[in-house]
Amino acid sequence: MSRLKPQKEYEKTGAFHFFRWLSGSKDPYVGEIEMQPQKEAEIQETTILERMKESEMVRDKVYDVENNKVLKLFHKVYVVAAILFCVVLVGLLLYTVSYLPRIGNSANPDNNIVSERYIEQGLQETGALNIVSGMILTYRAFDTFGETNVLFIATCCVMILLMVDDVILKKQRIRNDRRFEPKNDGILQGTVFVLCPIIFIFGIYIILNGHLSPGGGFSGGAIIGAGLMLYTSAYGFEKTQRFFDEHIYKIAKITALCMYGIIGSYFYITGANGIENHIPLGTPGHILSSGIILPINICVGLEVACTMYAFYALFRRGGL
Amino acid sequence: MTLFQCILMGFLIVCAISVSFSKNLLNSILIYMSYSLIMSIIWVCLESPDLAITEAAVGAGVTSVLFFATLKKIHAIQIEKEKREESDKEGDVHE
Repeated sequence: MSRLKPQKEYEKTGAFHFFRWLSGSKDPYVGEIEMQPQKEAEIQETTILERMKESEMVRDKVYDVENNKVLKLFHKVYVVAAILFCVVLVGLLLYTVSYLPRIGNSANPDNNIVSERYIEQGLQETGALNIVSGMILTYRAFDTFGETNVLFIATCCVMILLMVDDVILKKQRIRNDRRFEPKNDGILQGTVFVLCPIIFIFGIYIILNGHLSPGGGFSGGAIIGAGLMLYTSAYGFEKTQRFFDEHIYKIAKITALCMYGIIGSYFYITGANGIENHIPLGTPGHILSSGIILPINICVGLEVACTMYAFYALFRRGGL
Repeated sequence: MTLFQCILMGFLIVCAISVSFSKNLLNSILIYMSYSLIMSIIWVCLESPDLAITEAAVGAGVTSVLFFATLKKIHAIQIEKEKREESDKEGDVHE
């Protein structure tokens, strides 16, 4: 038999405290702990004078270049040693390079079974005309997944360091709405009006044709990110926020990473255990072909474009 | 290696050295930008156009823009402009 506890008894239980803390309705420190603002450190006038005297003394006695012969000698030795170090380093590296085998030699260690397999059977196994893309997104998809994660973590770190509170951002906008935006430049806006659609379409073309022609997710994503930056620098952040704000950024970025994870893990599990996977390879040369390469290219492209734009927006105004 | 590639390599070395010897931060970023541009042409010559696209977009575009944004934020560009204005004023006084 279960019955509800009366409200006063329930308020003493741990569950009530836990859920109150979880919903954020009460800060456990407010009212419980005495809080005082930090006092400003006071520096007395005499200590300032003493420090000034000390710094003058240090400058006169230690950094007096004309009279201090040891310092003079040190500066000369420093320059000579730096040049010597550079020369020795360059010589050492060139000496090592002279031992490397010549490019294109058939007996080189890089001409082994792995590259032979990639070149001879890559088209049949991956279905991609672009061997590089087929290699990095199927045989080495796990490496590329790590690189995509690196991009995600890099943006997280930049956000931690540079993100400004929303309240402060709004205050700044009210005080000076043109602080972070460029002035309405007619030439720049006219150029961007013509160029931006072409740049976006070129980026999308490179991403979608990643398995057929040179390019792929990273190159196309970088181009789309650069186009977004160009648009923002011409028209300002408010117009960009109409189609790309923080909400859409979060959705795009996390969806891309999760999609890559899901597709990739399906591919690894079936590949590692010798199970037949149900992703059709299609006819090589068609746009809808080569199995997982096209969706993974789209994911990587989205991730890279979001990263580039987020870096720019965070560097310039501290928020997306 | 053709003559064209040799010339590009020479430009590359000149750019790399002059970046470190340039006193003005803005100038060194511009030189670094041209370094990336030359590098992307070299990638095309070495028959890897996908790397060339990435180098042009990331090296010459995005990285330089981030450098510019940082310089503006730490007032490195503005200070130089103010200094030039001050020196102009002084020059006017001397004349």
